[in-house]
Amino acid sequence: MDSALIPKGVKRCPLPVFAAGIAVVGAVVLWGVAGMLLCWLKGLNQTNMNDSYGFALWIWADLAVIAVGGGAFFTGFLRYIINKEELKNIVNFAVLVGVNCYVGALLILGIDVGQPLRGWFIFWHANVHSMLTEVAFCLSCYLGVLIIEYIPLVLENRQIDKVPFFHNLGHNMHEIMAVFAATGVFLSCFHQGSLGGVAGVLFGRPFSYREHLLVWPWTFFLFTWSAAAFGPCFTILCTKITEVITGKKLVKDNVIELLAKISGWMIFFYIIAKTTDTWYWAAHTAPAMGFELNDFYNNVLYGKWILYAEIIVGGFIPALILITKAGRRNPLLLWTAVLLATFGVCLNRWVMVCQTMAAPVLPFDKWVLYSPSWQEVSTTILPVALGIIVVSLSYRYLPVFPQEQELNPID
Amino acid sequence: MFPFSFEWAWDAAHIVFMGGLWYALSIVGLGMTYCIIKATMDTISGKGGNHH
Amino acid sequence: MKVDTKQKKFGMAIDLDKCTGCGSCMVACMSENNVPFKKDETNKLDSITWIKVYKVTNDKKYPDTDLCYIPRPCMHCDGQHGHAPCVSVCPAVATDNDKSTGVVSQIYTRCFGCRYCMAACPYHARYFNWWDPVWPEGMEKYLSPNVSPRMRGVVEKCSFCFHRYQLAMDKAYVEGRRELREDEYQTSCTQACPAGAITFGDLNNPKHTVHKMVQPDNKHHGKPKNPKAFRLLERLGTNAKVYYLSDRKWVRKLGDNQTPNEESSKKH
Repeated sequence: MDSALIPKGVKRCPLPVFAAGIAVVGAVVLWGVAGMLLCWLKGLNQTNMNDSYGFALWIWADLAVIAVGGGAFFTGFLRYIINKEELKNIVNFAVLVGVNCYVGALLILGIDVGQPLRGWFIFWHANVHSMLTEVAFCLSCYLGVLIIEYIPLVLENRQIDKVPFFHNLGHNMHEIMAVFAATGVFLSCFHQGSLGGVAGVLFGRPFSYREHLLVWPWTFFLFTWSAAAFGPCFTILCTKITEVITGKKLVKDNVIELLAKISGWMIFFYIIAKTTDTWYWAAHTAPAMGFELNDFYNNVLYGKWILYAEIIVGGFIPALILITKAGRRNPLLLWTAVLLATFGVCLNRWVMVCQTMAAPVLPFDKWVLYSPSWQEVSTTILPVALGIIVVSLSYRYLPVFPQEQELNPID
Repeated sequence: MFPFSFEWAWDAAHIVFMGGLWYALSIVGLGMTYCIIKATMDTISGKGGNHH
Repeated sequence: MKVDTKQKKFGMAIDLDKCTGCGSCMVACMSENNVPFKKDETNKLDSITWIKVYKVTNDKKYPDTDLCYIPRPCMHCDGQHGHAPCVSVCPAVATDNDKSTGVVSQIYTRCFGCRYCMAACPYHARYFNWWDPVWPEGMEKYLSPNVSPRMRGVVEKCSFCFHRYQLAMDKAYVEGRRELREDEYQTSCTQACPAGAITFGDLNNPKHTVHKMVQPDNKHHGKPKNPKAFRLLERLGTNAKVYYLSDRKWVRKLGDNQTPNEESSKKH
């Protein structure tokens, strides 16, 4: 029925089947919208946040989704600036995932603030000294860049491409894509970093506070590095999931392996840096504020296991798999690596947000624990469900994977 | 955000932060403007007919 | 850093050996500042208590058990260079460290409720309006006209009853003065305390009681010269303006964190 919209040379499932799949995800979206409306209309008392837990699931979700969305800027950097030609076969998808991640982040932020209608204050009345201001500006601008990187793909839809102006626009945008990609890298380095800065500047929270290099705490650089390192793993993970759902190979192995190798080495050196930073903080920074390492991990939930899980399970293990050829080529090991890497970076973001809030600072304070309400869970899953719909629509009607036709010839 | 807003001060922090921001926005804006103008000119000159 | 001693620095000294934990300060503050409350106040984690009385013990068994009550308002931190932990992080300039009085303000009409300041504050001095205020019928007539009520979605905190400073200054202007007497500007918790445990005044003014009690050393970020005085979390460098006094060493030790191999006695 919609075959005129489907790219030439590829097969797609019948429209009713597709619509049924979208309807299932749509139900999840509706659940998320219900939570969102409750929060907007009734207020943030719909959540399980409290005055000890001002930052909770949503802020973690923001940080995590932006970290994994870092695959977009880094893949763009490798493709357009470093000129890794093979990555042109996955960069469209990376950008698509990135757009969904950043739209999701802004959506969650719009629900999370107490007065969403005043959200523009962060731009109009900006405090340039605040890390959150840097986050808001660079995040919004980068979303603009991502949309600009996504537009040429939309313009390549079979019917839209027939319009001469749109064809020319897409062509011209492709020509100068390196300029947009470079700007995107610049903006990304800053907002990824300043998300780390959000936690690292808190000198009232010894758990997350770090020493500074000029005005930037070390968490600034670690966050940018981890987003660049782990983001491509999420891109690979999403690609693999898409291949499972569509039942087709969409990207050649050499492309995946190249991205995996680069990601693996980035993660390897990042984890060494992270371990060094953790050691220095535990040995010098925290004791100067009166805290020992054990003070931050003497809780049933927040025990030392979380430190080992982040650094070893979510760091060294995926790195060691991905830096070896055998690891990259073995499907089971590759899946394990990208899943653990995604887990590792998400766990890092959880620790920097939620463990920071949970850990007591005043000597007579207690640990505070938290579990999200259904409204928080549904609104966090909302952008994921929306992302699935957008990716599905894009995959169905746009030439997202340049190698799809070659890998799946139609008889 | 703008020099005429109440919080603005011509200090190092504002110049660096806002300077960097407006620089990035200008590049993106100019890039898109170039693309749109060039696409318009190409369309007028008859390029972009039926392709694959 | 040269401190202009003509510049006021309003602060507090709370004598913990006098505090009985009665909570009058909490009640007076809520009444003075139109602080909203829920129907069910069981869950204190989302209650709004600009000043909150903590109860601590020395963790010893009878007969050596000792208790102490610690009223904790906003510390109105100066930080290391005039940057309170909460002021520097606010993305919309909704909170400000006023250089002329030292009071850290909260601007409700500017705040959009991101709660970053709450994450930054180690004292839990900042509170979020999770609900709109609902006053029992007739109670709206008792609200103070000098303090604006807050709607849901914004952060609020102790203001050192700044509206009282403004009223006192208005009165002084009318009388042709620019300086206030010590008793002209006092917070409501100070006046409500039946034990006289709270003293409020200008820490920069050597004639004010609070200065004499604490003896803040401006060359060392306001550290108290009085060995019986201390500030909560001194080591974090928040440079708080609320000082505590106690003869009891275990109470002074409870003001800050120490690692096990550090001697706390060398400080006090």
